[in-house]
Amino acid sequence: MKRRTIAIYVSTVAFIYILWYVLSLLLGSNILPDPLKVFLRGFEEAATSEFWVHVKASTLRLLAALVSAFILAVPVGLILGSNARLDRLFSPLIYLGYPIPKIVLMPVIFVLFGLGDTGKIVLLAMIIFFQLLITTRDSARKIDREIIYSLKSLGGNRFDFFLHVVWPVSLPGIFTSLRIGTGTAVAVLFFVESIATNEGLGFYIIDSWGRAEYATMFVGIISLSIIGIVMYEIFELLERKFCKWKDL
Amino acid sequence: MASSGEFLVTRGLGKTFQDENRTKTVLSGIDLELSFRDCLAIVGPSGCGKTTLLLALAGLLPPTTGTVAFQGHPLSAPERKIALVLQHYGLFPWKTAGANIALGARLQGIEISAKKLASVKKELDIEGLDHLYPAQLSGGQRQRVALARALLLSPLLLLLDEPFAAIDTVTRERLQNNLLAVFSQRKFSFVIVTHNIEEAVFLGRRIIVLDNKNHGIGAVVENPEMGSIEYRGKPLFFERTTALRNILEEFE
Repeated sequence: MKRRTIAIYVSTVAFIYILWYVLSLLLGSNILPDPLKVFLRGFEEAATSEFWVHVKASTLRLLAALVSAFILAVPVGLILGSNARLDRLFSPLIYLGYPIPKIVLMPVIFVLFGLGDTGKIVLLAMIIFFQLLITTRDSARKIDREIIYSLKSLGGNRFDFFLHVVWPVSLPGIFTSLRIGTGTAVAVLFFVESIATNEGLGFYIIDSWGRAEYATMFVGIISLSIIGIVMYEIFELLERKFCKWKDL
Repeated sequence: MASSGEFLVTRGLGKTFQDENRTKTVLSGIDLELSFRDCLAIVGPSGCGKTTLLLALAGLLPPTTGTVAFQGHPLSAPERKIALVLQHYGLFPWKTAGANIALGARLQGIEISAKKLASVKKELDIEGLDHLYPAQLSGGQRQRVALARALLLSPLLLLLDEPFAAIDTVTRERLQNNLLAVFSQRKFSFVIVTHNIEEAVFLGRRIIVLDNKNHGIGAVVENPEMGSIEYRGKPLFFERTTALRNILEEFE
């Protein structure tokens, strides 16, 4: 992580801390406890194995959804983006499928895949899938004809075209989409984990809320945010490593 | 090796593009012959089909009518002994200069010795650029990297599409000299598409002018005196450029 990024994170955390502290004083209510109290509770919670069960459950669900969406969406996006005929064939389906808020399909997905991890992961993966598919397809569409001629004249075949052209051209878009998709997925993760489970940070937050343990609730909120930030930064780091050429 | 007359031949070559609304003829009835170790320049007004012709010669655009034959065989797909350098260099922006240079050999499964690689880089003065991306190179360096990538495959025919168009005059002349030097030392033919009259006269032993109206060859200028850097300063060079300019104006 760049020194500048660290400085931005530190100053933002400091700003939120001060704002939070002032608001907690103004409100004078338990619903917004003193941030120091939350941090101390955070340390207490981190010392328990139960807390890490929730962190692990949420992280695994998010990772499983990201990986499955990636495996399904990226190859399809690369193929559609580089094959106009297939793209035309599937465009109406994507056009109709993308704007549907996938969260409203939750009851259907839970009936089909169960209330357990599978149903939750499928729903998360569906949300990331469309975003990733469209970005990958659109990135792959932008391939310059000259590059295609160049590859063909150098002796490249269809496989080389995907490996040396379509994949690297699409990679920056894929990372952008993964970063955006992670943000949305974390929000939905909270929602799906508040239903029919007793593991995961979503459950942890709702459970603490129900017990009026507001400091613990905030520990859950911060933990879920940290998972989102870490994922975001990982994708940013990978993009910087594998797409160096993009920023030149 | 096929006899020189059979090296590259087109007969009645025509290309028509068709979209939903209209049909556009770009080339029609092109008859060309190029011998081994010969050099041909193609000039003509914008949109006359110069690049289309070059892509057909590369086996990248199948002609609508007529044939292209390379070394006596019909050309229907890219051929490993034909190398192409495109107007915007055709370099892969996501690969370093080193990876770009090695790509052709890698795709064709050809082992290139470190000695050969070093000698091509030295020949084109692009040593020490391996780790840089195309965006970090100057126009002239990019052009030489593209040329190195093509030459590394030891092509028998080199096709160049306005290779020095986006380069300043001084660098362009240096690169033209570079190309001529490489041509005299190696065994290959080249076809260069250009809109620059001086370049055509400096690099083409024969210059063909494409005609925008009938989509064929409008004129042929023989230029056997080319082949040395000094040619650029000779009165004959100016005579030829003037003659070519007059011909081109007729076809504008």
